[in-house]
Amino acid sequence: MDFNFTDEQTMLRDSVARYLADTYTFDARMAAVHGESGWNPHVWKAFAEELGILGAPFAEEHGGLGGGAIENMIVMEEIGKALVIEPYLQTVVIGGGFLKAAGGAVADAVIPKIIDGSAVIAFAYAEPQGRYNLADLRTTAKKDGAGYVLNGHKAVVYAAPWATHLIVTARTGGSVRERSGVSVFLIAADAPGITRRDYPTVDGARASEVYFENVAVGADAIIGTEGEALPLVEQVVDEAIAAVCAEAAGVTRKLHEGTLDYSRQRKQFGKSIGEFQVLQHRMVDMFMEVEQAVSMTLMATLRLGEADRGKHVSAAKNKIARGARFVGQNAVQIHGGIGISNELAIGHYFKRATMIESQFGDADFHLRRFESLMD
Amino acid sequence: MDLNFSADDLAFQQEVRTFIADHYPPHLKAKFDEGEELSKEDFLSWHRVLAAKGWAGIAWPVEYGGTGWTSVQRYIFAEESARADAMRLLPFGLNMVGPVIYTFGTPEQKAKFLPRILSGDDWWCQGYSEPGAGSDLASLRTKAERFTGDDGKEYYRVNGQKTWTTLAQHADWIFALVRTDATVKAQEGISFLLIDMKTPGITVRPIITLGGEHEVNEVWFEDVIVPIENRVFHENKGWTCAKFLLAHERTGIAGVAASKRGVERIKTIARTETDSFGDEAQPLIANPFFKRKVAELEIDLTALEFTELRTLAGESSGKGPGPESSLLKIKGTEIQQRITELALEAVGHYGAPYFRGFGEGDNEHPIGPDYAHRAAPTYFNVRKTSIYGGSNEIQRNIIAKMVLGL
Ligand SMILES: Cc1cc2nc3c(=O)[nH]c(=O)nc-3n(C[C@H](O)[C@H](O)[C@H](O)COP(=O)(O)OP(=O)(O)OC[C@H]3O[C@@H](n4cnc5c(N)ncnc54)[C@H](O)[C@@H]3O)c2cc1C
Ligand SMILES: Cc1cc2nc3c(=O)[nH]c(=O)nc-3n(C[C@H](O)[C@H](O)[C@H](O)COP(=O)(O)OP(=O)(O)OC[C@H]3O[C@@H](n4cnc5c(N)ncnc54)[C@H](O)[C@@H]3O)c2cc1C
Repeated sequence: MDFNFTDEQTMLRDSVARYLADTYTFDARMAAVHGESGWNPHVWKAFAEELGILGAPFAEEHGGLGGGAIENMIVMEEIGKALVIEPYLQTVVIGGGFLKAAGGAVADAVIPKIIDGSAVIAFAYAEPQGRYNLADLRTTAKKDGAGYVLNGHKAVVYAAPWATHLIVTARTGGSVRERSGVSVFLIAADAPGITRRDYPTVDGARASEVYFENVAVGADAIIGTEGEALPLVEQVVDEAIAAVCAEAAGVTRKLHEGTLDYSRQRKQFGKSIGEFQVLQHRMVDMFMEVEQAVSMTLMATLRLGEADRGKHVSAAKNKIARGARFVGQNAVQIHGGIGISNELAIGHYFKRATMIESQFGDADFHLRRFESLMD
Repeated sequence: MDLNFSADDLAFQQEVRTFIADHYPPHLKAKFDEGEELSKEDFLSWHRVLAAKGWAGIAWPVEYGGTGWTSVQRYIFAEESARADAMRLLPFGLNMVGPVIYTFGTPEQKAKFLPRILSGDDWWCQGYSEPGAGSDLASLRTKAERFTGDDGKEYYRVNGQKTWTTLAQHADWIFALVRTDATVKAQEGISFLLIDMKTPGITVRPIITLGGEHEVNEVWFEDVIVPIENRVFHENKGWTCAKFLLAHERTGIAGVAASKRGVERIKTIARTETDSFGDEAQPLIANPFFKRKVAELEIDLTALEFTELRTLAGESSGKGPGPESSLLKIKGTEIQQRITELALEAVGHYGAPYFRGFGEGDNEHPIGPDYAHRAAPTYFNVRKTSIYGGSNEIQRNIIAKMVLGL
């Protein structure tokens, strides 16, 4: 057993942390959030060119750094600490995850573009009726000559306004929740027949309702096996959940640190509020949640390759969803009035922590999934 | 002991129900359903209707224009208002400064201010908290120096800053705690002033909160001149008024009737939302994980309701609201917060879109169901309830000290 990072991994973490600390200040982030496009393409360029992190989990033959899930975990934790809005999760973890698993010509073509920053991917999987069930799909892809024609509506697609490509789940067969009949497509975001309704999200990103109306794609758009792609979707979403857990570890770490700092500075009744035992114990409880978030992230990441992966990932997500809520709510509480002001970073960490709770399934969903997979 | 309403109470209930149904402004109801922010006129429109009916001063004595209702009647009114989704009137005039003025004010102050509070002609805000004085309110530093004007009359010159002042952007008047003697124990050098917001030297700056609302403000005072007749009660005895007011503020804060309505709304949402897991789909309310949380919430709300009823019974037998009201504040706000948690959980993915100044105008491509639009901002916003009105930690300190004798 070895929980140590390699030298390369330590360097990766330090270089990302340093870059974000220097350039990705809270003010710079908020300027991007409130800007027209809602993100900062220069940061994305720097991720690709200066840091090379868009290649972190990809093989060297594609131009990547030769890493994998651990490298994603390292980057995502730093992303959490700096509240980065740029779509590393959607592009590198999810888009990259599908392409790596599928391999072949499409992977050879698109992975280098992810690495050089020219391809930005959004994952269009959720539907209005489907909640967190990856198989609950009404979007259809009908065979049409050699290719397919897609119709349907995808809900709350994070990063879609910035994307060059969409990864879309759709039914090539089967009934609404059947395991069989699910297929995955990689489609140019500006393909004819795709319309979007874009909007900001409460945690500072941008997302869209995405509508497909007779969108025609070639046979080469399919990723994985036609009609039998649900296991692949589940695998990549589990990888994404592990990455989001890492982000949560970073977000809650900052919530805790910020609260601790504030409790030392803020004086009421002639002393620092950090001297009140009830707040001390609360901050100890927050600290324990953060430490367990780190532990569960590591556990889930290291077990992504195991046969009962889903159970472990759901355990991590359930624990971290509960922890994120506790830490976020108490960070605000201990800040008092200042905690509910939109002008301080703490509230924005709280908002991101809240959205992470339910991303790819909330605490209840993952508790239920864990129960169903438990021995 | 008897849980049932008397025949008179039942008749009263019917009267209130009919009145609200007939007179509640339809545009307010529409705004409420859409979760829209209310304008100043919106806030006042229902106030004016109730004032014309003589129902604005719910807890006020009859001699000052109040209803003189029994505690049971007040309870019925709150229930019926919540049942109809009628907004609660803002507390700053009616529940805060009004009672201070009719309890401690001079005959002139009563005559000048009380009718305009009742009618809604004056909008009041609360100037207690300062950047350095939140939980430790008595450490406030906004200074009021007394001087004799050229006209031979007595005035205060006020300098300092208040913060978190709710809806000060609409206010005609602010009631403020100010320091009039810095040489004595903190609580003994405070006075209670009524200040016209139009006085030169007052600046109001917005603070935007987590859901994007402009609900609170900073209020700055620079050489603001206040005539001495606008001081309530004795100089340096303002703390007496402040404490009296805080106890009043806490009773209403349990919000039982509104929370009952909140639980009903959660159930309605959960009947509409689908829960999808594996190869099964069902209404969310049938999901045992979710349903249990709603059930526990309802049980806790019942416990709060009966605790409040016991407190009300005590009040009507002559006991003022005591430190027990801290219990109502803590449990009431915890329940309000849990309601917003469940609402956010219930809407799933559609908790994420942010609508402020955005969501309207495209009916062809709606962004999720209407009830989802305010779920996240409301969840963020309602975190305030365990912070303001004396934080829940402070309330526990009060119970520990005043009730448990620790
Ligand atoms: C099953 C069992 C086995 C034990 N075995 C051993 C043994 O083998 N050898 C041995 O030497 N002792 C043993 N102990 C004793 C044990 O270490 C003591 O019970 C423990 O140190 C607490 O002391 P106390 O019981 O006097 O409680 P107290 O110290 O009086 O504490 C009472 C309560 O006050 C709280 N409290 C105290 N101080 C603070 C503070 N500063 N802040 C907040 N809360 C506070 C405590 O947490 C506790 O809840 C054992 C006890 C038990 C129950
Ligand atoms: C939305 C909103 C609206 C408001 N509206 C008004 C208004 O209209 N008028 C007005 O005057 N004020 C208003 N307030 C201010 C409110 O009353 C204060 O925020 C509150 O008193 C807490 O003060 P603070 O924010 O300075 O926090 P602090 O007092 O700094 O508290 C920070 C944290 O320390 C804890 N703490 C402090 N002392 C102790 C202790 N002794 N023991 C244990 N824990 C402690 C608190 O519980 C809190 O968790 C409003 C606040 C909010 C959030």
